[in-house]
Amino acid sequence: MSDIKGKAIVLNMNNVSTDQIFPGQYVNLTDPNEIAEHVLEGADKSFKNRIKTGDILVAGNNFGCGSSREQAVITLKEAGFAAVIANSVGRIWYRNAINLGLPVLICEGFVNQVEEGDEIEVNLKEGIAKNSSKGTIAKGNAISDFVLNIFANGGIKPMMKSKILSK
Amino acid sequence: MHALEKILASHAEKDVVTTGEIIKAKVDLAEVNDLYLQTIYSFYEMGGKKVWDKNKICFVFDHYAPAPTIKTAQIHKEMREFVQKNNLTHHFDINTGVCHQVMHEAGLVYPGMILVATDSHTTTHGAFGAFGTGVGATDMATIMISGELWFRVPEIVEIEINGKLRPGVMAKDVILYILGKLGADACVYKAIEFCGTYIEDLDVAERMVICNMAVEMGAKTAYMVPNQKILDYIKTRTNKEFEIYDTDEDFVFAENFVFDINNLTPQIAVPHSVDNVVSIDQLPEVRIDQAFIGACTGGRLEDIQAAAEILRGQKINPRTRLVIIPASNEVLLNAIKFGFIEDLIKAGATLSTPGCGPCLGAHQGVIAEGENCVTASNRNFPGRMGSTGGSIYLASPATTAASALMGKLTDPRTFLKGENI
Repeated sequence: MSDIKGKAIVLNMNNVSTDQIFPGQYVNLTDPNEIAEHVLEGADKSFKNRIKTGDILVAGNNFGCGSSREQAVITLKEAGFAAVIANSVGRIWYRNAINLGLPVLICEGFVNQVEEGDEIEVNLKEGIAKNSSKGTIAKGNAISDFVLNIFANGGIKPMMKSKILSK
Repeated sequence: MHALEKILASHAEKDVVTTGEIIKAKVDLAEVNDLYLQTIYSFYEMGGKKVWDKNKICFVFDHYAPAPTIKTAQIHKEMREFVQKNNLTHHFDINTGVCHQVMHEAGLVYPGMILVATDSHTTTHGAFGAFGTGVGATDMATIMISGELWFRVPEIVEIEINGKLRPGVMAKDVILYILGKLGADACVYKAIEFCGTYIEDLDVAERMVICNMAVEMGAKTAYMVPNQKILDYIKTRTNKEFEIYDTDEDFVFAENFVFDINNLTPQIAVPHSVDNVVSIDQLPEVRIDQAFIGACTGGRLEDIQAAAEILRGQKINPRTRLVIIPASNEVLLNAIKFGFIEDLIKAGATLSTPGCGPCLGAHQGVIAEGENCVTASNRNFPGRMGSTGGSIYLASPATTAASALMGKLTDPRTFLKGENI
């Protein structure tokens, strides 16, 4: 997989829950465009207007903790985020992100080296995040080949589909 | 190996698994709740035709029971059609209750199993010695097609809890206290085994409360060695044979924590984080607009009993609403039989039908901007139970009931009658 490049959107808060990423009052939505409308509404209502397609979300500790709702990944992906970098992430949210093909890099402390709008590059295989605007590099967790393969295939759905077809 | 690792190994047809390894394991029971119509869409998108085993997958309609909107009625309709098309053996419609209650009532939960559900609180089933974990729609659709799922073998943390609780203090206070000490990200992607003298003798319902909230520390799963009370309970529900795996003597936990609860006081998680926990006597006066007893954390018979014992013959504060939602129809019937429902309704409570209720802000008593809610449920994130401008205080059912009575956060020990709470 090649490097992912984008402008940083910074959310330097800890324990941003799925209830904040995608509030419970909307969990009956299934249309991805409608789901994108409410991105991070529980954390900051103005968030939607700050995001441009291809941006990279840079977050704090335990991002995505809480419920299993998959809209908490869909909303970020459909709102335009190309990747998420966080100090640490909630487990179910992380699995959902992998399965839906939203690249996530766990990189402790990176959020403190980034300002909104900085140019960011992510290399998932090496687990490296680069802040091109500031000229800094941070080492996060390298991603296993198993997970990298899921990202490379655009998520688990296309993989399962081709597996079923090949049977 | 740890008992949890042995469960994973046996389901992956391996002799040994090691921490960090990614394995594919067979799932014994997959449960889908009614937030997850997406699961069916993903199932078909991936090319699914029929579910892998009609006996091992069940739907539970609990988050929207009964349907509060046309949109949710449509979700139920499409999910029911899927249940019928696949001829699923176990189905729990709007007349049953919360998934983490109805599955074990129906005899579907036993030690040594892998239970995967589209709900983060699936850690609850560690109370039975099961490997229970929550997933999203895509993972679930994968299971529905193949019966398997990939797992990363987690680090395992030991939390030892010793001592005996004083009257008026409940299992909910214990887990809130631990959450406050360790933090909401203490066990992200790790498993937790709860042990110690407190856990060894603990009742079924209280064990479930502790394991239920393990996920609020980020845990993938929770585990308790099944005790005699659990084994006796399971025997009344199923004849299924099962294996209890032992943890090897030489197993080394990733971390160990020890807590003494002999002198524990009622605890409150104050807004807006589950680990923002203080002893009730440390708080200034907090006005309460709504109190809620229910959900997969605080809606069992023991919880309703604790409330009834405080409120029997009393009237709740006229400025405060008290919403009671039993976790299942079985709980509701027992609460009627023992007179708890009559006690609570006469005290001014509002009773709703079994399900998740306002815990996740869907219906049956959501809160308005500027309101304070004390609740026996599990999360106090902004917007969790309604308006993001509301404030949620997590507490035990006893504290919740005492607070409804006084119209402000109140120590339930004020109302102790004998030692029966």
